[in-house]
Amino acid sequence: MTFLVSPVANPGPTSPGPTLADFGHDPLWISIIKAVFLFVFLMVGVLMGVWTERKLISRMQHRYGPNRAGKFGLLQTVADGLKMGLKEDLMPRKVDKLLYFLAPVIIAVPAFLAFSVIPFGPVVSMFGVKTPLQLTDLPVAVLLILAMASIGVYGIVLAGWASRSPYAILGGLRSSAQVVSYEIAMGLSFVAVFLYAGTLSTSEIVAKQADGGSFALGSLNIPLPSWYAVLLIPSFLIYVLTMLGETNRVPFDLPEGEGELVGGFHTEYSSSLKFAMFMLAEYVNVFVVSGVATTLFLGGWRAPWPISLWDGANVGWWPMLWFFAKLVLLFCFFVWVRASLPRVRYDQLMHFGWKVLIPLNLAWILMVASFRALRVDNSPLVIVLMAIVVVGALGVYFRFDTVLQRRREQRAAQEAEEFDQLRDQPTAGGFPVPALDLPHYHGATTGLNRKEVPSA
Amino acid sequence: MTPALWPPTAQEIVFLLLSVVAVGSALLVVTTRQLVHAALWLVACFGALAGCYLVLTAEFVAWVQVLIYVGAVVVLMLFGIMLTRAPIGRTADLDSGNRVVAALVALATAAVLVTVVIDGFRSAYTPLDPGTGSAKSLGGSIFRTWVLPFEALSILLLAALIGAIVISRTDIKGRE
Repeated sequence: MTFLVSPVANPGPTSPGPTLADFGHDPLWISIIKAVFLFVFLMVGVLMGVWTERKLISRMQHRYGPNRAGKFGLLQTVADGLKMGLKEDLMPRKVDKLLYFLAPVIIAVPAFLAFSVIPFGPVVSMFGVKTPLQLTDLPVAVLLILAMASIGVYGIVLAGWASRSPYAILGGLRSSAQVVSYEIAMGLSFVAVFLYAGTLSTSEIVAKQADGGSFALGSLNIPLPSWYAVLLIPSFLIYVLTMLGETNRVPFDLPEGEGELVGGFHTEYSSSLKFAMFMLAEYVNVFVVSGVATTLFLGGWRAPWPISLWDGANVGWWPMLWFFAKLVLLFCFFVWVRASLPRVRYDQLMHFGWKVLIPLNLAWILMVASFRALRVDNSPLVIVLMAIVVVGALGVYFRFDTVLQRRREQRAAQEAEEFDQLRDQPTAGGFPVPALDLPHYHGATTGLNRKEVPSA
Repeated sequence: MTPALWPPTAQEIVFLLLSVVAVGSALLVVTTRQLVHAALWLVACFGALAGCYLVLTAEFVAWVQVLIYVGAVVVLMLFGIMLTRAPIGRTADLDSGNRVVAALVALATAAVLVTVVIDGFRSAYTPLDPGTGSAKSLGGSIFRTWVLPFEALSILLLAALIGAIVISRTDIKGRE
């Protein structure tokens, strides 16, 4: 049974890039330069990102978008930011002052911190010092990114709670429930990558995507794709969905569903720089999830195929350009999705997160893990175990499927019956009838017993 | 080889400061009059604990601590508080009638733990080599040496999970 897979050593004429051993030797001033660069990059990125999004979505909707302030309206975001800064800082009377003030900070700071482990490029020479183009790396860097995302949730919950407003608290609960649920699916979609890369460090995951190795089938060597986006495509697709959910973007932008909520968790942050912080955090979070997608699935800073044939593509400062290009393309994907899709309903969102994404993810992880186990040891015992797992999983799936199908039919029959009843007697709260408790429908409300909601 | 306890190294000072933060915020959890603030002090406590793990070079455990306890457990508690009461300001009835007994039990537990740890390890000293707390070594020891306790715990957690679902679902009726 040795026909399956044989591990192929990394031949690589070009070095796969920095590893963990390359970190922690930077002099302090290099670290400061990198940190300042990251900060400036993200701030300018947010300014340009808002402009790009507004301009791009306008073109997709056949309008011009901002085109007054500066050439092509480039200064529009700067003008908006200045306006935010100059507005009067309103503090509602009954808020929890400390938490109201801290919430925007709690939401923005982790978003910036997460970028410190995103690799921008290989080792370069910076003012005579050899250093990797990445602020820092840890053996568990991806966990750091997840932990930062989970701290950001506190900003949302506390902004909602500290505002002392029912709209804000509902908005805060909704959006933190969403972020927490999609975080689980997001974490699970990384597992397959960890299994293949054998490490949680971002720079090493990028290095592992230098060469895909090959799959030996008899005497035939089928080269495997090097990007995990292709090799582990179910993980990548799930990650793309969860990254939309995690950053509260369309089609999962329920926290800001203007038609349903007044403004979501930041209703009471009506003006000033605190509101600007929320916007800033939202865009930085979009950049973080795009950066993670690039690093974990799209080969990081490594050049895409036709360019990678050129020998100098993956050395020096060029990789920063490839990384930036991938980031911009992902951001444009966010905008494209926003222009194309309607918002999902809240129960659909939760159903999708918990009952579709997570089970699918778990099944896929089981498959990947079994495949990796075969690679280590393809004895008959492992193969038999795998077969049992697959048959058992299919059995459970079909059982659930029939039960669900039966339940769905039952439900549909029930609904049809209800519809018939309502059609017969529209006054019993049926449809389509006007609001019968309006003052000019005297007497028509006898059948209806509506409760007044007292305003506090 | 046991290094001298005095003067303390930078690591030891940071560790002590973090422990003070952890114990102090833990005390504030039970003494504060505002329910939501109690949950937030718990976050500070868990955060300081994660810092302690980091100082002890257990990186994986530290970030998992942040991810699970700070990012999930306390968020769930906040959810519970906000979905039920969302209390604003001070709550009057936070003091339990059992607080004297509870304090005694807590003190006794702490005394037992401290004596056991001091008695068991006395002057043992673990050198803090980086890398011993990495995901690789931790995974190796869990899935090679301690695999049976791990699986028993998993089954226990799964049972608790299913039990919670069954209890919380009102549409599942017990047998008559």
